[in-house]
Amino acid sequence: MLGEGIIKGMGETARNFFGSYVKEERLTTVQYPEERLPQKEAARNFPFLLFDGKDPHAGLRCVACQICEKECPPQCIYIVKSKDRKPDYVGKPQFYPAVFDIDVSVCMSCQICVEVCPFEAIKMDTEFELSTTDRFGGLILNRAGLSKSNEYYQKIHPTEATEVDGRLAAEKAKAEAKAKADAEAKAKAAAAAKPAVPPKPAPVPELAK
Amino acid sequence: MDQLFVNLKHWVVVLMPLSWQPLVSALISVAAIIAVFAALFALTTILERKGLGRIQNRYGPNRVGPFGVLQPVADGLKAMTKEDIVPRAADKVVHFIAPLVLVIPVFLALAVVPVGRNMVAVDLDGGVLFFFAVGAATELAVFMAGWSSRNKYSLLGAMRAIAQMISYEVPLILSAVTVIMIVGSLSTTKIVGAQAGFSGWLPNWFVLTPWGLAGFILFMIAAAAESNRSPFDLPEGESEIIAGYYIEYSGFKFALFFLGEYIGLFAVSGLAITLFLGGWRAPLPFLTWIPSYVWFFTKLFGLIALFIWVRGTLPRLRMDQLMNFAWKFMLPMALVNLLTAGVWHFMEPGFARWAVCLLLVLGPYIMLGRSLFVQRHLSKRTYRYAE
Repeated sequence: MLGEGIIKGMGETARNFFGSYVKEERLTTVQYPEERLPQKEAARNFPFLLFDGKDPHAGLRCVACQICEKECPPQCIYIVKSKDRKPDYVGKPQFYPAVFDIDVSVCMSCQICVEVCPFEAIKMDTEFELSTTDRFGGLILNRAGLSKSNEYYQKIHPTEATEVDGRLAAEKAKAEAKAKADAEAKAKAAAAAKPAVPPKPAPVPELAK
Repeated sequence: MDQLFVNLKHWVVVLMPLSWQPLVSALISVAAIIAVFAALFALTTILERKGLGRIQNRYGPNRVGPFGVLQPVADGLKAMTKEDIVPRAADKVVHFIAPLVLVIPVFLALAVVPVGRNMVAVDLDGGVLFFFAVGAATELAVFMAGWSSRNKYSLLGAMRAIAQMISYEVPLILSAVTVIMIVGSLSTTKIVGAQAGFSGWLPNWFVLTPWGLAGFILFMIAAAAESNRSPFDLPEGESEIIAGYYIEYSGFKFALFFLGEYIGLFAVSGLAITLFLGGWRAPLPFLTWIPSYVWFFTKLFGLIALFIWVRGTLPRLRMDQLMNFAWKFMLPMALVNLLTAGVWHFMEPGFARWAVCLLLVLGPYIMLGRSLFVQRHLSKRTYRYAE
C-alpha cells in the first residue's frame, strides 16, 4: 500500500533516535579534543630532526650534507652549514646545521627527505596540531623546534626506530672494531718498525678492494 | 492563569490615553508575536540539529554552552558579523528587498493564528483567506531572490520553487476548505470554537473524523512542500543546485531567509493546529485546567518534531516525482476529501456515517496508490548488466 515504506523508514529513524540515548555504542563519534584515537604506527606528517642522548646540540645526527634540501620537491627545507665541526655518534668530527628551517605550510609530507638521508637524521613526526595565529613565522619550524630525542622516535614509530637503532649500533660496533684493529695494527707496526728498517707501505690497492 | 497575557496586555493598554489605545494594543501584539516566534525559531534550529544528529547516531552540536544549547546565539552572532556580499551583476534593489518580502508576510500570517483563548492578534472574519493570501506572497519573494541574484543556480532554484509552491498551494487550500465547509466560517476563532467540547473521552477535533484525518495528512504534506521542507526541499537542493535561490545571499540576509522559512513553517503548523487539532483546546477533559497557550505551543512543538522526523527519514524527491505526486495524488485526494466532508455533513451521526466516509477516503487512497505504482513503474528497480 502507498505510504508503507515511509512508515517503515520513520520507524527505523525513531529506533535510531531513541537508541542513541540508550546505547552508548551507537554513538561512534570520537569527541576529538577531549578524546582521541591512538595513533597508527604508520602515521606521518612533517619531518623532525633526531638527536641521541640528552643534549639536542651535541647529539644531533644531522651533518648538514644538504641532500634533503636539494631533494625536497616543494623546497621547504633551508639549511646553513656550520663553520666548525662536532663529533658525530662514532666520534668522527662532522659539520652540523647552524640553521635548519622547515616551512610546514609548504611541506607536502612526501617523506623524500627521510628516504635520502644517509645519516638517519631526519624522520617523520606524527604531531599534527600545529595551528598558530602567526601564519608567517609560526609555520616555520627552526632547528630547536625540530630537534626531538631518539626516545620520542622510539615512542611514535617503535618498529622503525628499533630497526634504525640496530643498524646504527652495528655500524658503530664495526667502526669501533675497525678503529681498534687500526690502533692495534698501528701499534704492531710501530713495534715492528723500531727494530727493523721502516717497512714498505702496505699494499694499498689490495686493501682498498 | 489562562488569561494571564490577555490581562497583562489589557492592564498596560488602559494606562494609555484613549486615543493611543488601539495603536498600543496592536504594537504589543506585534511585539509579542515577533519575540515569541523568533525565540521559537532559535530553539527550533538547535532542536532540529540535535534531533537530526540523534537520528543519525551523532551528538549534534555540543560545543557552545552546556550540551550546545547556546549554539543559536553563536549562529546569530556569526550571521550578523559576516560580510554582506551583493553580486556585481545583481539587481541590487530587488536583491535587497527579497528577504524582507519573505519575512514580512509570514509574520503577517501569524496574526490570524489563535495561540490561546482570546489570544489572536487580529480576529478577521476571513482569517483563513487572509492567511493563504499573504502566504502566497512568499512565492514572489523566492522568485525575486532567485531572479535578482543573476546566478543560474538561484534562478533554477527559484523556478523549481515557483512550480512546487503553486502546485502544492492547490491541495493545501482544498484540504483546508473541508474544514471551512463544515464550520461555515473563515474566521480562525470560530473554527477553534467549532471544535470545542468532548464526546466521551475524545475531543471534538476535526482530525478525529475520516475527512479530517485525510485532510490533516494532505495539509501537512502540502505544508511541508509550501515551506520548502524536506523531502520537498528541491528549491534548495544543496547537492544539486548548491543552495537554490539564496545562493548569493550571505550574512544577515541569509539569516532572514532562514528565519522566514522557519516562521512560515510555524505559521502553517499553527494553521494546521487551528483547522484540525482543535487549536488551543486541551486533548482530554481533565486537562482543561492547563492554560490554553501551553496547549497550542505543545501541539506546535509536536508538529515541528514531526517535520524534523520526516526530514531525518525521507530523501529528496525528484522534480517529476514531485509534480506527479502533487497533481496525480494530492489533488484527486483533496477533491475526494471535499466530497467526503459534504457526505459527512449531510448524513445522520452514527456508525453508518463513519463507515461511508472511511470507505470514501480509503477506497480512492488505495486505488490511487495502486495506479501510481503500476503506471509510473514505481516498483522495485531491476538492473541489467552487460554480459
